[in-house]
Amino acid sequence: MRLRSLVWAAAAAMVLSAGGCGKGRTTDEIRVGEYSSLTGTTATFGQSTHNAITMAYDEVNAAGGVLGRKIKVFVEDDQSKPEEAATAATKLINQNHVVALLGEVASSRSLAAAPICQANSIPMVSPSSTNPRVTQTGDYIFRVCFIDPFQGGVMARFAAETLKFKRVAILVDVRNDYSIGLQTFFRENFKRLGGTIVSEQSYSEGDSDFHAQLTQIKSANPEAIYVPGYYTEVGTIARQARELGIPSTVPLMGGDGWDSPRLWEIGGEALNGCYFSNHYSTDNPSPVVQKFVKDYRDKYKQTPDALAALGYDAAKILADAIQRAGSTDGPKVRDALAATKDFQGVTGKISVNSDRNAVKPAVILKVENGKYVYAATVNPEDVKM
Amino acid sequence: MTTFLQQLVNGLSLGSIYALIALGYTMVYGVLRLINFAHGDVYMVGAYVGYYLSRKLQGREPSFVSALLVMLGAMVACAILGLIIERLAYRPVRRASRLTLLITAIGVSLFIENVAQLDVRRYLPDWIFGPDPKFFPSLAPHYEFVVSGVHLTSEQLTVIGVSFLLMILLRFFIMKTKTGKAMRALSFNLDAAKLMGISTDWIIAVTFALGSALAAAGGVLIGMQIPKIDPLMGIIYGLKAFVAAVLGGIGNVPGAVLGGMLIGTSEVMVVGYLSSTYRDAIAFGILILVLLLRPQGILGRVQKEKV
Repeated sequence: MRLRSLVWAAAAAMVLSAGGCGKGRTTDEIRVGEYSSLTGTTATFGQSTHNAITMAYDEVNAAGGVLGRKIKVFVEDDQSKPEEAATAATKLINQNHVVALLGEVASSRSLAAAPICQANSIPMVSPSSTNPRVTQTGDYIFRVCFIDPFQGGVMARFAAETLKFKRVAILVDVRNDYSIGLQTFFRENFKRLGGTIVSEQSYSEGDSDFHAQLTQIKSANPEAIYVPGYYTEVGTIARQARELGIPSTVPLMGGDGWDSPRLWEIGGEALNGCYFSNHYSTDNPSPVVQKFVKDYRDKYKQTPDALAALGYDAAKILADAIQRAGSTDGPKVRDALAATKDFQGVTGKISVNSDRNAVKPAVILKVENGKYVYAATVNPEDVKM
Repeated sequence: MTTFLQQLVNGLSLGSIYALIALGYTMVYGVLRLINFAHGDVYMVGAYVGYYLSRKLQGREPSFVSALLVMLGAMVACAILGLIIERLAYRPVRRASRLTLLITAIGVSLFIENVAQLDVRRYLPDWIFGPDPKFFPSLAPHYEFVVSGVHLTSEQLTVIGVSFLLMILLRFFIMKTKTGKAMRALSFNLDAAKLMGISTDWIIAVTFALGSALAAAGGVLIGMQIPKIDPLMGIIYGLKAFVAAVLGGIGNVPGAVLGGMLIGTSEVMVVGYLSSTYRDAIAFGILILVLLLRPQGILGRVQKEKV
């Protein structure tokens, strides 16, 4: 008897909650979905992005919202796994009925979710997925960052022309679209600029023992090692490289996947003197950047990394597009996003080109005792893709 | 040549970790005929206990004494965990069919992995594993030795040295003590051992405690060397250690050590000279080959089925 009444109670609760859900659809808020890696191997990426998106929409809502309505963000954690990203996107679209999606940081996860957004005619704005294939999925997929060919080329140019290196080894994550993209374009550009790749080794995301690869790299005697991976592996690789006797005069170089407060925590001193390309530098004196850095620090008690800056820009550009579209209709928002021109974001002036990618400069940062110090800027016109 | 020797050292230090875990598989299989799938996860828990203990010691200079304390702490904690698993999960179904036991083991493994990933930082800051990887602080002082171009780090030497020491101790325990003798009797014939007045429950419990303690030592050693640990690290290390145990002849203690070394070295050589993508393929390829050519393993004996 008691069991039966429990079952009835459960059924009633389900009906009630379903009713609540249906009611939510008719209210006046604009529903935006966000899927990000709040946990897992790239947890800080998702957390930074999430913090910045929250901050951006708090600002938008405080200023009266968009089209006179408030923006409400629905968040799903994908645990840094591509299959979870696809599930999260499906859930946000079908259950939460969002009008647009923000995400993901990692290209492999954006690639998993993008086809779902495309099929449902829901615009998706990736804050920081740099693999070219992401926006090639379809005309509903946008990004506010530069792409791998540019980023790989930037570091090749810096290594060959500024640091005057001739011999570089590569250690690539073969299971990661982002890493392979950077590696390909670094190699092409570096060779064209007269350099040699002396050794190419690989690992898979999640590996933790790199002694074998680093031993091979060491025997090739390179002047630098290009490691276009994510911070968890990069920090571990740096430590093991120094342990195996690769001297600190041989810097590791990488891309924006390094940008995490945890990188230094993991790698420590082994990372001193290493370089990576990134989307923005907190040292930039521009008032837009300084205001963003100050607000973010006040709110979250930490320095915003590039992923936060890009998350903020993605959120703002989406809000701007909905405003210009005058509607939350998928096709109209898409057209407005595609027409974005010279939007003044934290990471520079952003224009969306015909491939739905952002065109803007990159900076090179140097790791010095836990700080990421500005080293150089490379403009889009300096790099051949 | 220097590169090859360096790879050999890398391989041996990875192999000793596999060997330490493989010992637990092989011992439990020896007495219970059970593949304890939760063993890899006990190793993971060992690494985490080591991590939290070393955080408690943080601020002190890295020294061998603190490293030893951390390792002993993790071993004791995991021995207790092993006892609990045996008492709560395996003993109630010991008389059931072997398949029941095996599925229980898989259940225990999944349970530990998922509990370890629970994210309840809000309620219990610092003491719950959570899904993010953690990084060991340096425990023991770091030295480097260069022997004809080969870099030997104190971490690698510690891993190899400690593993061998533990294996020798285990060998001594099994061959020379009364409990060890009882263990061997159990693995020979459980029912007959019972009739001879051996307390089988007690011996099985000791076996679990010992195997789990060795896995914990492996966890702390890997933390010192790698130094990344995460809640799912036990899966792949556990699987490879299992392959090592089968390769050496499951139920055979020196076989597990040999198997671990072989798997570790071949894995490092494959990554170094072929490609990292074949890393796991090789370990399992070897397993298939051994099962085809010598199903009892390299050092295993053929057991006649008694009907």
